[in-house]
Amino acid sequence: MDITKLTVHELKQKLDNKEITIPEIVSAYINRINEKEKDVQAFITTSENEALEKAKEIQEKKEKGEITKQYAGIPIGIKDNICTKGTKTTCASKMLENFISPYNATVIEKLENENLISLGKLNMDEFAMGGSTEYSYFKKTRNPWNLNKVPGGSSGGSAAAVASDTVPWALGSDTGGSIRQPASFCGVVGLKPTYGLVSRYGLVAFASSLDQIGPITKDVEDCAILLNMITGHDEKDTTSIEMEKIDYTKSLKKDIKGIKIGVPKEFFGEGINQEVKDVLQKSIQKYKELGAEIEEFSLDIAQYALATYYIIACAEASSNLGRFDGIRYGYRTKEYSNLRELYKKSRSEGFGSEVKRRIILGTYVLSSGYYDAYYKKAQQVRTLVMNEFNKAFEKYDIILTPTSPTVSFDLGSKSENPLEMYLSDICTVSVNIAGVPAISIPCGVNSENMPIGMQLIGNKFCEEKILNVAYAFEQNLNFREKYKPEFKN
Amino acid sequence: MQVSKDELLHIANLADITISEDEINQYLINLEEILNFAEVVNKAPIEGLEITIGANERKNIFRKDEVKIFEDNEALLKNAPTKDLNMFKIPKVINT
Repeated sequence: MDITKLTVHELKQKLDNKEITIPEIVSAYINRINEKEKDVQAFITTSENEALEKAKEIQEKKEKGEITKQYAGIPIGIKDNICTKGTKTTCASKMLENFISPYNATVIEKLENENLISLGKLNMDEFAMGGSTEYSYFKKTRNPWNLNKVPGGSSGGSAAAVASDTVPWALGSDTGGSIRQPASFCGVVGLKPTYGLVSRYGLVAFASSLDQIGPITKDVEDCAILLNMITGHDEKDTTSIEMEKIDYTKSLKKDIKGIKIGVPKEFFGEGINQEVKDVLQKSIQKYKELGAEIEEFSLDIAQYALATYYIIACAEASSNLGRFDGIRYGYRTKEYSNLRELYKKSRSEGFGSEVKRRIILGTYVLSSGYYDAYYKKAQQVRTLVMNEFNKAFEKYDIILTPTSPTVSFDLGSKSENPLEMYLSDICTVSVNIAGVPAISIPCGVNSENMPIGMQLIGNKFCEEKILNVAYAFEQNLNFREKYKPEFKN
Repeated sequence: MQVSKDELLHIANLADITISEDEINQYLINLEEILNFAEVVNKAPIEGLEITIGANERKNIFRKDEVKIFEDNEALLKNAPTKDLNMFKIPKVINT
């Protein structure tokens, strides 16, 4: 038995049956990291020794009955923009190369409360800005299906680690597709929860009105389990919602007969790769066979939403990243003659080029003379996008689209062309603009054995529906049995 | 949308970012491309629509005004590039 191939719910069963121990699980992952990390490069920081010590401690306490949490001792990987007390949180930036958070993000507190064990911090695009993880200051993560291709981004380290079995599951963050697109590129499951379902406290802010933390997992059941652990109101995040706690695992395995799935034709038009379309069409057919009612409809918002996304996200980023000034934490330039020069040089040397580009773009659209032309219009388009989604959800339970217009692309092929990189977010950004939840699940591969992702979008706080509809498809397709990453070079 | 070099440098200055001479052209090309793309918002049917600021309904969230002590000052100061005693140390600000 290869422990690292198992899902978390399978690991739990083996733990419950006393077939394996927690130190055995953690050791298996450490061995796997040692074997695969040189090729995949998903981690910025690994915490192997701490993980092993914790594993022994939790195993002992569990045997004594002092720890009773169901998933105690299960390892996890964390995207490196989520603050973890006492270990580095770098955001894959020179700016935070040596930053050690004085506190835990709320989601980390929750995971610690479940007695999960962190295996380390995962690579990403700098400050979560990008779609390939190539904008990391430290390293370029590879796609486990083909090492010459990108894992997607910005949570590329999280998706690549799950796909290469160096972690059983991981946390990512999603501002415009940063969980779903890498999940799609790496053939794993990724969920962006409804805005407000998960606390953002301790997530290094990129665009506060769009950011959400969410799970990246091997399958839908694990996704529901990890979502259970991280949801809930938090007084430290005033945008987090007070609502009754839901057990998302209970939503699985329900019949999907009669579920209404809307397929927006604009998301299958020009610019979407033919092989992606073909595999999606087959998936739609499968849903019909499973008893879902499929209807094509018009949701003509993708282009507007994409432009709006880059205006709003950059505007918010330009404000959020104002805090990096080289005073209290973060990079400080070596030579300066006054305070203003300290700010300017620290920021210019500490941020990478994509981050600076977005700060400048954001400052531009907020500046006098352009505010009305760009930012205000973008906020109006945001209303339009929300209205269109509301209308669609009056008719449909789920909206089905590709997660990304293409499969993973070659390393270096888009990193010099920012606009082209932005255009690849066309299928995912509307979801963040509207604040609704969406999952990406693998639905097939192309002729080169690269995974293709399907996005299922639900109305606000309808994660149960999304998970159930995703689960039904997953059980029918059996993607993980049929296709496996080959670490092709 | 054409952005002039002066305009770019003005914006960069507002954002406390220095752009080196050899980066200027690249930034100008990128900005122009991205802003041209962003023009599409002008074609959206948004007449009469209110603006939306956030994904959730707009309301004030209140909490009790209570002092909470963060006790780990050492961890906070640990990240400071320069410090003195229990304070962040910065260059002189007044009368420079």
